[in-house]
Amino acid sequence: MSTPITINREIDARGSHCPGPLMELIRGLKSAQEGEVIAVLSSDAGSKTDIPLWVQKAGNEMVAIEDLGEGVSRFIVRKHVRK
Amino acid sequence: MFANSGQESATAPQANRMSIVLFSGTADKLMAASIMATGAAAMGMDVELFLTTWGVMAFRKGDYRTNTRVSADYAEYGSVMQEQMAAKKATSWMENLEGAREIGHVHIAACSHTMELFDIKVEDLEPIVDEVIGVAAFIEQARNSAISLFI
Repeated sequence: MSTPITINREIDARGSHCPGPLMELIRGLKSAQEGEVIAVLSSDAGSKTDIPLWVQKAGNEMVAIEDLGEGVSRFIVRKHVRK
Repeated sequence: MFANSGQESATAPQANRMSIVLFSGTADKLMAASIMATGAAAMGMDVELFLTTWGVMAFRKGDYRTNTRVSADYAEYGSVMQEQMAAKKATSWMENLEGAREIGHVHIAACSHTMELFDIKVEDLEPIVDEVIGVAAFIEQARNSAISLFI
């Protein structure tokens, strides 16, 4: 269907509350190399609004949001490449 | 400068800053303030946190470890909040503020009036407090903020 994405690191932030999963993502991306892909698992409903908003604001790329069921989503984000 | 100050404030661009007066010292409101500060820091805003009255008391060294107070109108939920926070491993408001400072610019200042009223010295406060300032210094920050909150 589409080109498979290589995820460099997955962060399990299930059980962490707003804005915990977003904070985990920010920390994860901070230590990542440009162009690397980070996935975050979150069970916090606020992540569905907050993570895409932050990703856009910070100039990163929202690669995909997957619904894993039972209230858990997986947010796949690529760190921006400075031109 | 006072003659045209109205004009100045009408045309001054709003800084990308959120100013919070943290008057409360109960754990529920401290939690709300810490989450707001974290959200603003995450979204790239500067945060100016002005502690006054019970807000200063909550930042006395070590106080946050034993502060289980909640707003009086929800006093019956005090123990429930503590239990739920422990059960769900929620981060404390102090941890939230530390996290916010890791990712953004969060400046925490304590009100000099409160400090004097209760004989509190800056060394009596948690090291996360940057400095002691007067109200006018805070107002100068708040004047030029896109968001201002009183908690």
